[in-house]
Amino acid sequence: MGILEVKNVNKNFGGLKALKDVNLSVQENSVHAIIGPNGAGKSTLLNVLVGKLIPDTGSVMFNGRSVLGRKPHEINQMGISRVFQTPEIFGDLTVLENVLIPCFAHRDGAFRIHAFETVEAEAEMIDMARHILEDVNMADKCHIHAAALSRGDKRRLEMAMCLVQEPKLLLLDEPTAGMARANTNRTIDLLQEIHEKRAITMVIIEHDMHVVFSLAQRITVLAQGTPLVEDTPENIKGNPKVREAYLGTAEV
Amino acid sequence: MLFGLNKKDTRFLIIVVLLTLFTPFLMQPFAETSPLAQFNGGYPDLMAKVAIFGIFAIGFNILFGLTGYLSFGHAAFLGVGSYAAVWMFKLLTLNVFPAVILAVIMSGLLALVIGWISLRRSGIYFSILTLAMAEMAYRLAYSVLTPITNGETGLQLRPHDPRVLDGPGAPQYPNLFGLELNDSYFLRLGDHVFTFNVGYYFCAAFAILAFYVSLRIFRSPFGLMLRAVKANQQRMNYTGLSPRPYTLAAFVISGMYAGLAGGLMAAMDPLAGAERMQWTVGGEVVIMTILGGAGTLMGPVLGAGTIKYLENIFSKINENVLHQWFAFLPDGLENMVVWLIAHFTGEGWALTLGLMFMLVVFFMPGGLVEGGRRIARLWRKRRHGGDGGADGDELHRPARSPHVAE
Repeated sequence: MGILEVKNVNKNFGGLKALKDVNLSVQENSVHAIIGPNGAGKSTLLNVLVGKLIPDTGSVMFNGRSVLGRKPHEINQMGISRVFQTPEIFGDLTVLENVLIPCFAHRDGAFRIHAFETVEAEAEMIDMARHILEDVNMADKCHIHAAALSRGDKRRLEMAMCLVQEPKLLLLDEPTAGMARANTNRTIDLLQEIHEKRAITMVIIEHDMHVVFSLAQRITVLAQGTPLVEDTPENIKGNPKVREAYLGTAEV
Repeated sequence: MLFGLNKKDTRFLIIVVLLTLFTPFLMQPFAETSPLAQFNGGYPDLMAKVAIFGIFAIGFNILFGLTGYLSFGHAAFLGVGSYAAVWMFKLLTLNVFPAVILAVIMSGLLALVIGWISLRRSGIYFSILTLAMAEMAYRLAYSVLTPITNGETGLQLRPHDPRVLDGPGAPQYPNLFGLELNDSYFLRLGDHVFTFNVGYYFCAAFAILAFYVSLRIFRSPFGLMLRAVKANQQRMNYTGLSPRPYTLAAFVISGMYAGLAGGLMAAMDPLAGAERMQWTVGGEVVIMTILGGAGTLMGPVLGAGTIKYLENIFSKINENVLHQWFAFLPDGLENMVVWLIAHFTGEGWALTLGLMFMLVVFFMPGGLVEGGRRIARLWRKRRHGGDGGADGDELHRPARSPHVAE
C-alpha cells in the first residue's frame, strides 16, 4: 500500500475525457514523477488530488483516508502541500509574514481568532519561520515584500511555506517551468536536499526530462488521460511507447 | 509592552488619545471676534460627529482595509444600532450604556446574517449583495416594519415611554449616570471660547477604545490572516486555512463598530430614522476610508474628520457669504465668480467632495495618509541632504496597489 492510492479515477469535462481509468500508487518517501505531453491530464490529476476537482468515479486514498469531497484546506491539513506552476504567494506581505501564515495554520488549524496576541510576541512561530527561510537561503530577505522577489525566489519562498507545515506529501506542478538551466539545476539540488533531509514523499509533474531523470525514483507516463506505463527512470528512457506518446506515431 | 503594544504603537496610541482629548481646542483655532470664526469646528455636534464617523470608518477599515471585501451595505448596521439604542431609551432607561450595548449586539447579529449570505461571493458580486441587503433593510425600516421603526417619521422619545429603570426624578435626556449628554462646560480664554461637552467625551472615549481594538487586531495573528485573505485566497486554501470564517469574523466586527456608531448617534440625538440606512450613508463611509487611506490605522479617522469638518464649513458658505468675499470685484465679474463657486459650496458640497475624491484617487491612491508620508519623506530628505535617510527602501516596500474590489 502506498501513501497515495488513486484507483479507477475518471473525469470528464463535457465530452472531453480528461482522465480515463487512472490508477496510481505512490510509495512513502519516494519521488514519483508524472510526465506526459500537453493535454495528457497531468494538471487535472493534480487538481483531483488537492480537492479542487471532484472526479466522476474512482477513489483517492491518502494515508488510508479518502480525500474525495474534502475541501482544499482540509486536504492540506491532512498533510498534502502543493507548489504551483506560477508561485502562489502572499504578494502584499513580507517574506517573513508569508512563512508565518503556514506556521500559524500548522499550529492553530483552519480557523482560530487570535486577536489578543501580537505577531511580534509569537517568538516560537517567528523562530520556526526564520529557520525554514535559512534552509532555503532566504534569511536575508525577511522584510522584503514578496511581490518584489525574483521568480526563482518566489518559488523558493513557496517551497518554504509548504515545508514549514511538515507535509507528508509535496505536490510540485512543473517546479522549473520557465527557468534558465542554472536555476533549474539549483532547484533540483534544493528538491534533492529537501527529500533527503525531511523524508517527504514528492509527486512531481514536469516537462523537463533532465529534472525528471535527476530526481524521480518512479515515473508514470500519462497520455490522453490514461497511464501508459509506470516504471523506473532507466526503463522509461528506453521504452518505445513513451517515445511514441511524446513524438507521435512513426508510421503514418 | 504597555497595553500589549510595542513602544512605537504605544506612542502612536498616546498621540491619538491626546488629539482626541484636546479636540475642543484643536478644532477651535479662531477667536470669536475674528472673521474666520465661521471656520471653527469646535462645537459639540460636529466634534461628536467626527468621533462617531471615525468609529464607523475604523470598523469599516477592518473589513475593507484588511480583507479587501468592499461592502456598500454598512449603513444597515448603523441604522439598526440607532433603532436598538432608541428602543432601549424608550423601554429601559435613558442611561446610555444599555443602549450602546444593545446597539452593538443587534448590529452584530444582523451582520452575522448578511455576512453569512454575502460572503458566499467575492469581488463585485459581494459588493452588490451587500448593497442589495442594505436596500432591503432600508425598505423594511421605512415601511414594512413600521410598528418597530415608526416608518417615515422615525423612532422618537415620548413622555409616556415606560423607561422601567428610571425613577420619577431621572433626567429627561440621554445621560451618563445622571450627567446629561448635552451638558457643556464653556471655557473662555480672552476672545476664544472652548466647549467641553459630555456627549463628545463619551463618544471620544468609545472612539479611543475602537481605535485601540483596531490597533490590536492589525498587529495580531488574526489581522495577519485577514491581510492574507486580501493577498491570495488560493494560497490560503492550500495552506490549510479556511478564508470564509475569517472574512465573516471581520464582517461581524465591522458591523458591530457600525452599530456602536449608530448607537452613539442616537445617544447624541435620541431619534432614529430610516434615512440612516440609506445606501448613500454606506457609500460615505467607503469614501471616508479611501480618502483617508484604506488599510492604514489612522486613515479612516482622518478621512472621517476631514469630510465631516469640510462638509460643515462648505455647507455654511451660501451666496450671501460669497458676495461678501468677492465684493471687491467689479459687479459683473463678482456675480460670475459667485455663480461659479456657489455650485461647489452650500448645497453643492457633494461636488467638491467628488472632485477631492477624484484628485486623491488619481494622485495619492494611498489616501491622505500616503500624502502625509510623502511630505514626511521630503522633509527628511531635505534634512539629510537629499540621501533619503532610512526610508530609502522604496524597492523593498513597493507602493501598495490601489484598493479595488478583486
